[in-house]
Amino acid sequence: MHNSIEFNEVWKKFKKGEKLNSLRDAIPNLFKKGDKNSSLEEREFWAVKNVSFNVEKGGVIAIMGPNGAGKSTILKLLSRIIVPNKGSMKINGRLSALIEVTAGFHPELTGRENVYLNGTILGMRRKEIDEKFDEIVEFSGVSEFIDTPVKRYSSGMFSRLGFSVAAHMDPDILLVDEILSVGDIAFQAKCATKIRELLKSGATIILVSHQLNMIQSLCKRIILLQSGEVFRDGPVDEIIPLYQNIIYKKDEEDLKKKMSESERVKVDTSRLVDIVAVDFVDTHGMHKEKFLSTEPVEIIVDFEAKKRIDSPIFILDVMRSDGIMCFSSRSDESGVMFEAIEGKGRVKVKLGETFLMPGIYMAKLSIWDKDMIHPYVVRNKDVIRINAHGSQSQTDAIVTHPVAWDMKR
Amino acid sequence: MIEAIKEIFQYRDLLFMMTMRDLKVRYKQATMGFMWAIFMPIVAVCAGILIKKAMAVVAKQDFDVQGLVSLTVKVLPWTFFVSSIRFSVQSLVGNSALVTKIYFPRAILVLASVLACLFDFAVAMGVLVVILTIFKVGVSVYLLWVPFFILLLFLYTFGLGLILSSANLFFRDVKYIVEIILMFGIFFTPVFYEASAFGRWAPIMLINPLGSLLEELNRVVILHQTPNVFWTGYAVISCLTVFILGMMVFHKAEPTFAENI
Repeated sequence: MHNSIEFNEVWKKFKKGEKLNSLRDAIPNLFKKGDKNSSLEEREFWAVKNVSFNVEKGGVIAIMGPNGAGKSTILKLLSRIIVPNKGSMKINGRLSALIEVTAGFHPELTGRENVYLNGTILGMRRKEIDEKFDEIVEFSGVSEFIDTPVKRYSSGMFSRLGFSVAAHMDPDILLVDEILSVGDIAFQAKCATKIRELLKSGATIILVSHQLNMIQSLCKRIILLQSGEVFRDGPVDEIIPLYQNIIYKKDEEDLKKKMSESERVKVDTSRLVDIVAVDFVDTHGMHKEKFLSTEPVEIIVDFEAKKRIDSPIFILDVMRSDGIMCFSSRSDESGVMFEAIEGKGRVKVKLGETFLMPGIYMAKLSIWDKDMIHPYVVRNKDVIRINAHGSQSQTDAIVTHPVAWDMKR
Repeated sequence: MIEAIKEIFQYRDLLFMMTMRDLKVRYKQATMGFMWAIFMPIVAVCAGILIKKAMAVVAKQDFDVQGLVSLTVKVLPWTFFVSSIRFSVQSLVGNSALVTKIYFPRAILVLASVLACLFDFAVAMGVLVVILTIFKVGVSVYLLWVPFFILLLFLYTFGLGLILSSANLFFRDVKYIVEIILMFGIFFTPVFYEASAFGRWAPIMLINPLGSLLEELNRVVILHQTPNVFWTGYAVISCLTVFILGMMVFHKAEPTFAENI
């Protein structure tokens, strides 16, 4: 079977800063000897470095990677908007991109005129559009306003019409970038159906997305990029954990940095109690930073009280990295009344299995007076990481609660 | 270059839609619609008449009707040239959303703006035919040369449009320079006067291919004479050179458009 897409050691560089060349620089550059394509000049950087991959006909692959990994550059190279500095690429078949579906629209023209204009821009023939016109309009759901200039459209109608045109062009290769934030749920469902239809028709599909669940359901293979290079290329189950690793690591670093900064500002030396250290351990008391969602977690809190405090209350809040509170626990409500504390001490919190979705979580610990009027100390800088195990599917849920399914006959 | 032309042919439907877009957008929400296509040259002709009249008064000559008709014949190609260049210089930068997002041969954008102006030109020519009949200019076999000269004019304009539009993409200064040249160009091109008015300096006026084209058009339409062999040959060579050069420059620069716009 021949390949739809072949990338051979493709390199692409861009320039930072203002693009404008002054004539003084531009003219000597014209006469400069040597291969300008292979070396970096001032302020230039490689956005794509030595990327090679093939996609066979009918293959459905995802390109993933953190921001700035070169995903969009690769899509632009694929759609021939930019050309590589080095290396070669081959594309067999008609390519269509569900990327900027409304780029070809002209606000002054009517919906009908724009369907034809945009269709031809995307590479369709006029006859083809004639045939599919009704279908396109029907799909977009703007048939009532098809003879109105699109400048009078709402932004939703605008993008729905754009998407409909692009979705009806029967490509051999389809590029999809972070799609389907268009329209209401009904329209999104229609889009998903359309993509599945294309899948069945044997089109090669390149997907760029951060939605793990969609990638898991559609693709078999992922190309993972990091800072312009192919980090790994392989089956979905193998790559997704790697991807999460990269993303969470970045997340974690950002979070830690942010929290330690905010902590520095709020230093209060007159505190009566200080939380000296927080440690996450497993059931054997061994320190760990990453846990599985089904693994029991214990938190060890070391504190130091400068004065005697009568029956303090300890509170633990666990929050997801986007700020959603996952659970919270108060020491008094869980039936334990601590006696007075003074000097150094240690509290152990047994969380048991967290059942949290893989990701980064923050543990916020605070010590309050017995009437819960003010906190003596709040510590908000400990990060715990939950890793995926096996081929756990990704959803937007907070917890992966173990559920038993059974069918009764 | 053959490749490039082939690709444009492949995208002919897009070319058609783009030309239609340019035309429609120009006349949408304008109550006079494409009456404007006629109105603009009429204004230019009026200006020409005024200048002719003034010159006639200064030179104490009679104001001849033939001069007036030949003025009309020359103004139309000139306005076609000016508006085509004006639109095509902006055609790439003005469609930056397309240039940076979707692939298609970029020359289509330039060609579409020239073709849209060609449509206006055709409308105005229809009116010109009426004027020529009223003034009883008459018909001759030499009129068969007209399509040939218009083709040359088209190639020249398109070639120049290709060069200027890509230059403007890299250096936005180009559009200001072009604007200035177009504004004063009418004085350096034999539109309102005949090149022969310069006596032995006349060839200077004809070095500009546009000048020789206008003169030859005037010769075949109004004077009913065979075209001047030398200047026609010169026009053919220079127009083709500009066209081929334009295609080559454009083709060379095209891959870098998206990242430099």
